Amino acid sequence: MYGKATTALAIAAALGLPEAVKAQSQDELKALREQVRQLDKRVQDAETTAQQAAVQASNRPTGESAMNPAVSLILNGIYSNLSQDPKTYKINGFVPSNGEVAPPPRGLSLGESELAITANADHMFRGTGIFSVSPENEIEVEEAYIQTLALSYGFTIKAGRFFSSVGYQNQIHAHAWDFTDAPLVMKAFLGNQLSDDGIQLKWVAPTPFYLDLGAEAGRGKSFPAGPDGGRNKNGVSSGNFFAHVGGDFGTGTAWQVGASLLTTSPQDRLYDDVDSTGTPVTNSITGTTRLWVLDGILKWAPNFNPTETYFKVQGEYFRRKESGDLTFDTAGVLGTQTGGYSSAQSGWYLQGVYQFVPMWRVGYRYDRLDAGTTSIGLVDSGALAAADFPILAKYNPTRQTVMMDWSPSEFSRVRLQYAQDKARSDAKDNQVFLQYIVSLGAHGGHKF
Amino acid sequence: MKTSLKFLVALVLAIAALPAAAALNVFACEPEWAALAQELGGDKVSVYSATTALQDPHRIEARPSLIARIRSADLLICSGSELEIGWLPLLLTQSGNSKIQLGTPGYLEASQYVAKLEIPKVVDRALGDIHPGGNPHIHTDPRNISKLAAVLEERLTQLDPANAGTYHSRAKAFLDRWQAAIARWEKEAAPLRGVPVVVHHKAFSYFINWTGMREVASLEPKPGIPPTPSHLAELLDQMKSQPAKVIVYSSYNSPQAAQFLSERSKIPTVMLPFTVGGTERAKDLVGFFDDMIGRLLGVVK
Repeated sequence: MYGKATTALAIAAALGLPEAVKAQSQDELKALREQVRQLDKRVQDAETTAQQAAVQASNRPTGESAMNPAVSLILNGIYSNLSQDPKTYKINGFVPSNGEVAPPPRGLSLGESELAITANADHMFRGTGIFSVSPENEIEVEEAYIQTLALSYGFTIKAGRFFSSVGYQNQIHAHAWDFTDAPLVMKAFLGNQLSDDGIQLKWVAPTPFYLDLGAEAGRGKSFPAGPDGGRNKNGVSSGNFFAHVGGDFGTGTAWQVGASLLTTSPQDRLYDDVDSTGTPVTNSITGTTRLWVLDGILKWAPNFNPTETYFKVQGEYFRRKESGDLTFDTAGVLGTQTGGYSSAQSGWYLQGVYQFVPMWRVGYRYDRLDAGTTSIGLVDSGALAAADFPILAKYNPTRQTVMMDWSPSEFSRVRLQYAQDKARSDAKDNQVFLQYIVSLGAHGGHKF
Repeated sequence: MKTSLKFLVALVLAIAALPAAAALNVFACEPEWAALAQELGGDKVSVYSATTALQDPHRIEARPSLIARIRSADLLICSGSELEIGWLPLLLTQSGNSKIQLGTPGYLEASQYVAKLEIPKVVDRALGDIHPGGNPHIHTDPRNISKLAAVLEERLTQLDPANAGTYHSRAKAFLDRWQAAIARWEKEAAPLRGVPVVVHHKAFSYFINWTGMREVASLEPKPGIPPTPSHLAELLDQMKSQPAKVIVYSSYNSPQAAQFLSERSKIPTVMLPFTVGGTERAKDLVGFFDDMIGRLLGVVK
């Protein structure tokens, strides 16, 4: 340190020598000292900066692990208190979707643990794999897809298994939902949440507001397509078309509305029911399905800053038309019979969530399904009675849900939810859930 | 069905054929970079800022309007160091825009070009929402702005060589003004040297480092975790034995926690613009630093 000051003094002296010799007054000497001091400070500053740079350079990751993808793990567990046995869960008035629609088991249970791995594969593709491990120790591929990075003009192509862009909430992972369970419309029309193997083309318009158009071609591996696992045929078994428009109102409100149309042709799509004597039977539907969804979301936060407080309201309207043939008792225990089948059914939900102080939110959701009209050829012809298809008997399920949650950080949440579920025509289910959701690892953002 | 498909194709082609705006589209994640791009680009650039000084840049939603803007961007300029980790990757993957993806000339991460402070020795979420690459709020040191001006000039020239002359002369003019301003600020801010300060969030670390102030505590118990009553009570005890001279919060913070501590410890609070646009006086980069220094001198003198 002293050496540097001396050097600086020497330089300063050399530069300023002719003047220094002449300069006899105290003032000029003072000025010179000040110059030296400043020079010394500059040398020190330069040295500090160089040191900092060296430290930062040495901190850069090296070795094989430097290229590791972003990994995150979602853990969740739940305590459920249900007034009805979840094993008897059904949505009356609607063809069962064979999805995981029932509430979690009574008492304490582990939810699905979700492992997400994502990274840019290279300059052309980004890959995402999301695997869930069920409490029964089964591993399921929730999503596994690649996505283009280098297409221009607003185009993106996605291929693999992914949550379909049908409606709004279907694309969002369960851990990011505002309520513990899916809306009734998703349970009845999408088998809880629709993911399919396929390809998606999306285009974002070059407009100052948001506009996208997209199409998906899929395998049709699960409800509302069928049979489970997909049909044994070439080509495409399921198609989905969607469009979204969105933007901002003023300096705090963001909105988006969307429409989508899912079409598929289920073949031998099985479902379980009982006949009029209570004998279990398996029936099947072959025909065509068209599902229209209108969705909307509006989020408000003062100056778009959701740290302190925000409010969001979200709703979706589903309308489905199915037509084709319904086969009674495919196993032939009571005698297999086939007749015509058609239905026009709908449903909707509306929910609001309000963060009233940092970390704390409350929410309310109202669900309603409309069984609409269902005509069964075998009943119309008198071959069988309506009582032989009890699950399809006209009934309009409803549900009301309230929740409160606490999120000490972006990475953890504890939620208490109460619902009065009238999905069954013969019993009201009072459901209380106490749930935690935490996420470890990579940050991961959430879609709007 | 067929007519509607034809209509759709026609619509898509019609919109795609819209004449592209002549100016270079700059998408800035934060207002300070928008302001810098405007200084350097003048009328050759059309600048959009994704956030304002009234928003917490850690917590932004990937709103539809942002996707619409990033879709047509030619240059993206963001603070980086994981400040935008919760929303920028989503915007990038949904943009369908190859020009501003990581690794292209259109992708500019400002924090890569300056020496960062507060690089954590240990990276663990139990320490709060920390940034493994170091504190990302680099724009509060004016010397970092000079560095970025040079980097940005280079990028603009690379992307739009036809207007290289404009970018060069505007950058030179800006840097001349800026160096003079820094010299003036360093004189003005001399009384701030050594002043102990309590901050709400570690948003002003670079400013504090530059002016030689001393950060003694933060209202957030851990980075990104909102102030808690127990932590504020601890701070109050600390202030009794080692009082700070000023409590600082930024334009996007709620003043409640700062006021709570101020009322009980009798230490004045100051709201500082977090960036350009945070206050009336901070309408550009020069105003931003003028206002920060002015507001602090107002209580420290």
